[in-house]
Amino acid sequence: MCGIVGLFLKKDALRPKLGDMLTDMLITMTDRGPDSAGIAIYGDEHGKLKITVQSDTPDTDFAGLEGALAAAVGAPVTIRVVDTHAVLTLPLDTEAAALAFLEDRKLRVMGVGESMEIFKEVGLPKDVAERFGLRAMGGSHGIGHTRMATESAVTTLGAHPFSTASDQCLVHNGSLSNHNDMRRKLAKKGIYTKTENDTEVGAAYISSRIAEGATLGQALEGTLKDLDGFFTFVTGTKNGFGVVRDPIACKPAVMAETEDYVAFASEYRAFADLPGIEGARVWEPEPATVYFWER
Amino acid sequence: MPTTLDMATTELREVNTTLQSAAKAQVNEPYVIVNPRGSHAMACGLDGPLNVTVKGSTGYYTAGMNKEASITVEGSAGPGVAENMMSGVVTILGDASQYAGATGHGGLLNIKGNASSRCGISMKGIDIVVHGNIGHMSAFMAQRGNLVVLGDAGDALGDSLYEARLFVRGTVKSLGADCVEKEMRAEHIEILKELLERAGADAKPEEFKRYGSARTLYNFHIDNAASY
Repeated sequence: MCGIVGLFLKKDALRPKLGDMLTDMLITMTDRGPDSAGIAIYGDEHGKLKITVQSDTPDTDFAGLEGALAAAVGAPVTIRVVDTHAVLTLPLDTEAAALAFLEDRKLRVMGVGESMEIFKEVGLPKDVAERFGLRAMGGSHGIGHTRMATESAVTTLGAHPFSTASDQCLVHNGSLSNHNDMRRKLAKKGIYTKTENDTEVGAAYISSRIAEGATLGQALEGTLKDLDGFFTFVTGTKNGFGVVRDPIACKPAVMAETEDYVAFASEYRAFADLPGIEGARVWEPEPATVYFWER
Repeated sequence: MPTTLDMATTELREVNTTLQSAAKAQVNEPYVIVNPRGSHAMACGLDGPLNVTVKGSTGYYTAGMNKEASITVEGSAGPGVAENMMSGVVTILGDASQYAGATGHGGLLNIKGNASSRCGISMKGIDIVVHGNIGHMSAFMAQRGNLVVLGDAGDALGDSLYEARLFVRGTVKSLGADCVEKEMRAEHIEILKELLERAGADAKPEEFKRYGSARTLYNFHIDNAASY
């Protein structure tokens, strides 16, 4: 069991409140996933690259990091340290050099993108939210996950969201049964995952399909054919988010839409504090059907 | 005046204990629950006559194991609403999530919106009326009772069905193993007419088709022995 929440704002006026709204939703889903929690938040773009990294020893690892990285890529770098995570901002064309440098330093890369930042840690959702100051974060859309691990270790890297391509991420409730087979198939194409986790394989599958030219919708359709097991997936992209459930659809999902937002959650409870929820259109997404909202 | 219980200030356990005691008292009082906030197991285990109105949407297992009480949810209900109901009436004004009315022995589950997958799975005598559509694998292994659907049914309706009656007005995406369309006789029109009236449904019995068990799975067929 896990909990998923997602929120896509239709009106810019609500953007400063995104973190606040998502945090309430995330904490409500604690009893579906008390092991760890994570959030991907899509904020303003400034034509720069943002790399979110994590370290278990942030005091030593993040000290002087921006200077060393700037020297390595030959371009200015800014750093924003948030608890065990740091968001590095640098020019778009430095991505390959920057990732190589960070790998050398053995820093864990949570996600890369122009808009997306990912924060995830082991612990109760309320503690994770507090450590990262999620309430204060603004943005256009975001997805979050509370994890109750069933098939791989409770670690920072095992927490969701998983990001396997720029500005793309995936959260999952369920379990995939053919992830080892799919991991080998992806490896043959030169796509390697970092963990033993099944969801990371799902994320890598979706980003590999998009890299091959598929649209987000086609990549999500592909999960129904190529991935076996139980899943309710919510995937985030720079422009919005998508939802797909396996054909059996035993993992719960509910959606709500008003003039101001589209919200996703594992349970209606997560919507209880959203503004105007009383008048929202509330429905359950159909099995084996792809939904997405993009700006 | 109904007694109002506010879940913004009252714990779920206290609300349910109050309702359960009131039901046992056999005085059939009206209760209103406000701010249900999608709570699990709302108004479950009521064992006696009681009139409960829930002002909003609920989570898992609303009105489970109900006996004699009338419970109305003025919103949508999460998975497993009215699971194992024995008698009484449960009305959902919005949609119901998966396995609504599962294993129900009696009473009426009246869903004004849609019900999702596995509606009426293993039903054992409950009557379920869905004013909208139902999802896949509904009435799987259904044993007794009636499932009435004013809209459409999803895949594998009535798979491995026993003796429950299924009435669908709209289309059926596919029938499950051993489920077949059957003749609508006068007795079925009567049953359906009464059920539609009780559910306040605006539909004529003649518009429905009846589905039931072909009864070919009841006994092991010796010719299939090689398959095992």
